[in-house]
Amino acid sequence: MTAFLRPASWPQALQLRAEHPDALVVAGGTDVCVDINFGRLSPECLLDISAVPEIATISRSDGRLVIGAGVTYSHLVAEIEADLPALAAAARTVGSPQIRNRGTIGGNLGTSSPAGDCHPPLLASGAEIEIASASGTRMVAAAEFFLAPKRNVLQPGELVAAVHIPRAFGPQVFAKTGTRNAMVIAACSLALVLDPQARQVGTGIGSAGPVPLRAVAAQDYLVGALSADGQWDRPRSLPPELISGFADRVAAAAKPIDDVRGSAAYRVHALRVLAGRALTWAWDEFREMP
Amino acid sequence: MNVSCIVNGQAVSVTDVRPAESLLDMLRDRLALTGAKNSCEQGECGSCSVYLDGMLVCSCLVLAGQAEGTSISTIEGLAREGELDPVQRAFVRCGAIQCGFCTPGLVLAAHDLLCKTPDPDDDEIREALAGNLCRCTGYQKIIDAVHSAAREVADTAAH
Repeated sequence: MTAFLRPASWPQALQLRAEHPDALVVAGGTDVCVDINFGRLSPECLLDISAVPEIATISRSDGRLVIGAGVTYSHLVAEIEADLPALAAAARTVGSPQIRNRGTIGGNLGTSSPAGDCHPPLLASGAEIEIASASGTRMVAAAEFFLAPKRNVLQPGELVAAVHIPRAFGPQVFAKTGTRNAMVIAACSLALVLDPQARQVGTGIGSAGPVPLRAVAAQDYLVGALSADGQWDRPRSLPPELISGFADRVAAAAKPIDDVRGSAAYRVHALRVLAGRALTWAWDEFREMP
Repeated sequence: MNVSCIVNGQAVSVTDVRPAESLLDMLRDRLALTGAKNSCEQGECGSCSVYLDGMLVCSCLVLAGQAEGTSISTIEGLAREGELDPVQRAFVRCGAIQCGFCTPGLVLAAHDLLCKTPDPDDDEIREALAGNLCRCTGYQKIIDAVHSAAREVADTAAH
């Protein structure tokens, strides 16, 4: 007989997780329930964490946000637009209102789909994932959280507790390609974060590799080119060769496959286009900042 | 297992719920509330939309056990004392119904939109209804109906 566990507090959730390491964890259910409905999952034990209040909150301190694993996409859209524009934009592109009302950032991480919309902004912002078990917590950089398609560093007995993420210090962009504006799993996606104070650039690529990727060479190239041109101090229109240099390096960082949502060649092409647009949008925003 | 919740204002307790049973199946098969439709079972079509604690959700993607202690409103609970909601009246008035299968979900999605955005433009309507598919493709009259419902509510409030 299948068990259905519904903890009412976070300590209780961790205790039940320790006692039932094979339990299928369900939060909003927007991924898990599809697999159950189609018979791809027949769990012996379900651990429902949707009634745990501690993980459904967003807090701010010292220039960082701590976003509980149970925070829904709708909650992100409503509350973090000013703090984290790229993550808010990504959350807004998820599914439909019905899906955004249920799906959670922790569920997105737990599922670890290469197409998870939250992942590129988390990589680009240098987020850390707080992982908890009955015996304690540990922090893992978002860039090291994903191991393979639908595989991550979570060990038996562990749950994603929260995402810790520095608030935006400059322009942030999220862009995604697909067949519609809504209800689309990305063919590919890109997040770009500019930090003019630290003179740093962050990137995150989705749906174009076995795991979400950073385009580190593109980041280094852009930081170097902007610094050499004195652009951080006196931002001017970016020369086309700088934009294409960045875009080519973003495209080169992708490791896509051919699948039902697009060919590898299309994904590389689309990422080059998205990268050029994202940089232009972000840079225009930076130039207009007071 | 047992699930106790409020459905359309009435306290209900459902026994022998399967742990992997969806809220949609519980509503349709055990509570005989067949307004929410079973279609795609993957959150694509919105035909199973209901309110769960005031949030519009796909009931096919909610486990029945997750409804424990919650308050659910279905299309059957939208009319008040035998009088249709303005959104329902507008769908009838505008002919925003063809086969009718998607209608309960679309009415609730339109109702949810108008609660938050009383006078939406076309883009806002399309975004809010993006999770509801009408395979008769009667979308234009549905959008007309949302505008019509918005006007009716505004006119009623003005009088």
